[in-house]
Amino acid sequence: MQQPQPNILLSVKKLNKEFNVSGGLLDQLSFQHGKLIRKKQSVKAINGISLDIVKGEALCLVGESGCGKTTVGRTIMGLLPPSKGTVHYRGQRIDNLNRSQLLPYRKHMQMIFQNPYASLNPRKTVATTLLEPVRFHFPEMSQAQQRQKVEQVMESVGVNANWGPRFPHEFSGGQRQRISIARALMVDPEFIVADEPISALDVSIQAQVLNLLMQAREDRGLTYLFITHDLSVVEHFGTRVAVMYLGRICELGITAEVFSSPRHPYTQALLSAIPKLGQSNLGRKSKHIKLKGEVPTPINLPSGCVFHDRCPHANQRCSNEIPELNNTSNGVQIACHAVEENRI
Amino acid sequence: MPLLSVNNLEVVFPLRTGLVTAIKDVSFDLEQGERIGIVGESGAGKSVSAFAILNLISKPGYLAAGSILFNGRDLASLGEEEMRQIRGNEISMIFQDPMMTLNPVLTIGTQMEETILAHKNMSRQEARKISVAKLKAVQIPSTETRLTQYPHELSGGMRQRVVIAIALLSDPAIIIADEPTTALDVTIQAEILELLLNLCNDFDVGLILITHDLGVVSEVTQRILVMYAGRIIEQGPTHQVIARPMHPYTQGLLGALPEKTRPGQRLNQIPGVMPTLQEIPAGCPFHNRCNQIQAVCKVDLPILGGTGSRAVACHFPLNR
Ligand SMILES: Nc1ncnc2c1ncn2[C@@H]1O[C@H](COP(=O)(O)OP(=O)(O)O)[C@@H](O)[C@H]1O
Ligand SMILES: Nc1ncnc2c1ncn2[C@@H]1O[C@H](COP(=O)(O)OP(=O)(O)O)[C@@H](O)[C@H]1O
Ligand code: SF4
Ligand code: SF4
Ligand SMILES: [Mg+2]
Ligand SMILES: [Mg+2]
Repeated sequence: MQQPQPNILLSVKKLNKEFNVSGGLLDQLSFQHGKLIRKKQSVKAINGISLDIVKGEALCLVGESGCGKTTVGRTIMGLLPPSKGTVHYRGQRIDNLNRSQLLPYRKHMQMIFQNPYASLNPRKTVATTLLEPVRFHFPEMSQAQQRQKVEQVMESVGVNANWGPRFPHEFSGGQRQRISIARALMVDPEFIVADEPISALDVSIQAQVLNLLMQAREDRGLTYLFITHDLSVVEHFGTRVAVMYLGRICELGITAEVFSSPRHPYTQALLSAIPKLGQSNLGRKSKHIKLKGEVPTPINLPSGCVFHDRCPHANQRCSNEIPELNNTSNGVQIACHAVEENRI
Repeated sequence: MPLLSVNNLEVVFPLRTGLVTAIKDVSFDLEQGERIGIVGESGAGKSVSAFAILNLISKPGYLAAGSILFNGRDLASLGEEEMRQIRGNEISMIFQDPMMTLNPVLTIGTQMEETILAHKNMSRQEARKISVAKLKAVQIPSTETRLTQYPHELSGGMRQRVVIAIALLSDPAIIIADEPTTALDVTIQAEILELLLNLCNDFDVGLILITHDLGVVSEVTQRILVMYAGRIIEQGPTHQVIARPMHPYTQGLLGALPEKTRPGQRLNQIPGVMPTLQEIPAGCPFHNRCNQIQAVCKVDLPILGGTGSRAVACHFPLNR
């Protein structure tokens, strides 16, 4: 049993998630060299993720599509059972709980999704959608108090409380995302997993919603796991950042440190690719680090370092041995043999 | 004379509730080999402007006014057959979704060859040679294998490279690219943008790049058009506009970017949302979100105008 540490809200240890994609029995069978063989295939979506989320921080999880960000978020929230590894919330193990055992944690942990269109029930008025979690988690409140709470939270996210009787389709994308934020805030959670919450929104609306999330963090002492592929948002919003590649964390540390001096070769390539205002990273004299090839499928993971066949610094050790996350001098954790050997 | 001169385009869509005007008074020039960017939030009219140039507006929408002078001809007056010759030939288009261009049931080789043979009189072998050369130009490895593959066998980034190769088949004078990298990851986006930039430079191809990403326009284009509610509200050399925006909306958009504020501080935000076509207010279309508003703004529509290389549609422009 793990000792609860006062500052650590959520602790993830050696988390793995595989998705079986073999299909039915018939799909799994094939003839090879005259023999009938059965082959199972699985997507190794995340492979040994360990991280602690400290109370009050905004930890950003960043990486390119398919690297496993959403799977981490959903596994933490108990929406997916992990294949291996553990998730502890305030020292209590939660990854092996069933739905009803998880219910008390639903009051503390909430999730916001990328697509506010899909995550709000189109047939329910906004007021109904927002009242449901309040009724469930605050049964001691009177109906009047419950309605008052809904109105308060609506106003706090910038949605006019008089619009409660309206349906989701009557709102713009930005307003719908405000409503899903309101729904998450309705139960006074302390931890929120936000999965690409502004990615579907226009720039000027992104700023509005990001400000709202920052305001909520200050006002309510919220802790975030903020999932995004947008690096400029990470730099602005994240107190710490975890960079993922192919189901593993390559670099994890204070955002300002990682952005000012990225050391993992993948982080370096990723940051060099950000299109910048008023300067040229691209073109003939480009500063952007080009990577060989493409991200391999997570069905057959590369041996050793998952990045090795694209890495400009790879050597023999990299194709044999998986690099572990190690602390470096400035407190940033990096999973790279070359960094450990001081080659880069 | 500019290579392309777009004048006062107006596109309307007849809806059940009546006619709506999607773009109005859209005018700009493109010089040979010039790269311009069209930016703005979704619904601003960027795609409709591009589609209007190529007569690709989806029915029942139509071009209600304007002219599109290209090589001395007005594209707006051409019939569908003549337009088809211009499309896959002198002006190529790249879409956000590569599958708008690619046929899922044909191999890459077949579609490239047939595209060539539709416009040029040559043998299949010759067409294949050109296809290989263009795939090499877009830095696709193992070209011979690629030619035998179907689109679904390629990654998103590789598909978009193939689409660029197809766009190059006819050695076009202009490429119109509508959010070509929006669906791609940032490392792949950087490669595709760099490729487009280098190809346009090497072959003196003009580029109209449509994007909502100000970083992307800044990296790739020389001139920028900012659209809002169906109109161009500011235009000028990209780096000047980014450094010293004249329209309050342009300033607001730039100011809202996270890199414009110290980490952890509140971002500058533009209040409200862009109006839908049915609710565009009288006077300046931006007036109910503008922090510079004065009485005249609610009444008089500001017209795009200016001196030198800059133009702005605002009664009280900034950074004059
Ligand atoms: N339900 C599922 N079944 C099979 N594969 C899945 C499933 N969910 C995710 N994956 C795969 O797992 C990998 C990680 O996906 P995801 O966590 O959604 O990545 P991200 O959020 O970083 O884009 C991807 O290869 C994805 O295709
Ligand atoms: N087929 C259509 N029918 C009706 N309205 C349309 C159609 N296509 C575009 N519009 C409208 O025209 C306006 C401009 O759209 P568009 O050019 O696609 O914007 P964007 O700047 O995002 O590319 C939008 O308000 C859109 O709703
Ligand atoms: S461990 Fe080796 S292959 Fe992996 S990132 Fe470091 S140097 Fe590159
Ligand atoms: S015309 Fe008036 S309302 Fe419109 S942008 Fe200029 S100052 Fe603002
Ligand atoms: Mg995801
Ligand atoms: Mg568009």
